[in-house]
Amino acid sequence: MPHENDTLKAELNQIERTIGKVLRVGVGLAGLVMLIGLVLLIITGKSGYPADTWPTSFSSILTGMTQLKPVAIMMFGLFLLILTPALRVIVSIFAFIKEADYIYVAITVLVLLILIFAIFVGHS
Amino acid sequence: MLLQALLMLIVGVVAGFAGAILGLGGGIIVTPVLTLVMGMDIKYAIGASIIAVIATSSGATIAFLKDDVLNIRVAMLLEIFTTIGALTGAILAGIFNATVLFLLFGCLLVFQSWNMYRKLRGTASEVPSTAHDPLAAKLRLNSSYYDKQLKQQVDYQVEKIPGGALIMFGAGLASGLLGIGSGSFKVMAMDGMMKMPLKPSSSTSNLMMGVTATASATVYFFNGSINPVIAVPIALGILGGSTVGSRVMQLLPARVLRMIFIPVLLIIGVQLILKGLGVNI
Repeated sequence: MPHENDTLKAELNQIERTIGKVLRVGVGLAGLVMLIGLVLLIITGKSGYPADTWPTSFSSILTGMTQLKPVAIMMFGLFLLILTPALRVIVSIFAFIKEADYIYVAITVLVLLILIFAIFVGHS
Repeated sequence: MLLQALLMLIVGVVAGFAGAILGLGGGIIVTPVLTLVMGMDIKYAIGASIIAVIATSSGATIAFLKDDVLNIRVAMLLEIFTTIGALTGAILAGIFNATVLFLLFGCLLVFQSWNMYRKLRGTASEVPSTAHDPLAAKLRLNSSYYDKQLKQQVDYQVEKIPGGALIMFGAGLASGLLGIGSGSFKVMAMDGMMKMPLKPSSSTSNLMMGVTATASATVYFFNGSINPVIAVPIALGILGGSTVGSRVMQLLPARVLRMIFIPVLLIIGVQLILKGLGVNI
């Protein structure tokens, strides 16, 4: 069935291209935020926190960012980087819905649920 | 501060370039350099390492998407097993004695290295599987890719999905526990067990590494194992290095890739065994 195979291939190309664009924006943003934090750290020479400590909760990272603390900005950049693959999973769900490929909608939703579960494990 | 950041940036560039070429997460390079060369606490080395894995995967994926080699369905299906494994590994990392796993994984990598060496001597070219697997057909996993080296479209079939899934759980477990990308395990599952050709196996593995690492990195991020002053310059270096590396990788033939893989697997294997035995090199 070469014809069906071609259609499948075109579908996959479309999905992959959409995911590629999302990933590029996500990685670019994460990289930019990390770079700003790192440059601030090098220029000021101050992390904004006691030696060898850094914020690890959502609230302390956000508080530190409003005070322009370099390490808080770096942590936020790292968090964006960690989120990027999860973003790819979310976009894939919509891509598979659009293709009416419901087996893969279910599979991808399951992967996302596992990742969300990981956030809860990390917090506890 | 400037010197340390610059040093970490260089570690990142090298790890990203080499990681992308070998289909590894870059973490396998980061942890030994940080612990053995720089004498850093293994806890923070693993934290930085898992960030390195995500950066390698994301950087390489951008390049691979253009080249249209990866198999997105295989990636999604197997990510169920790698993320469950990674989560289990990250939880176990706090309470479990890793000695047995170090030894087990080390031996497994040495075995795989020998296995690939044997295969390399046996066949000169890649023969894609033509076996019909009902489950692979139902899940629409069979695909094709354009091989730049052969200058032609290569159709391939996927088989032995349950076996591949089991290895993927192990790959996720190793990733979460040791902060590595487990690229060699993932390639082992796809290339070795499921009979996917090496190039789609490598690039699909790169893609999966990011999602797998996100599961365990989330745990490490919130429990304070990721030191931003170490992890950020490494991540930035890797984003640059892996983008270049994954482009170069496309131009290499499968045989050369395998040849590069063999000593890498062997070295990592021996390193893991020694670590398990408590020997510090």
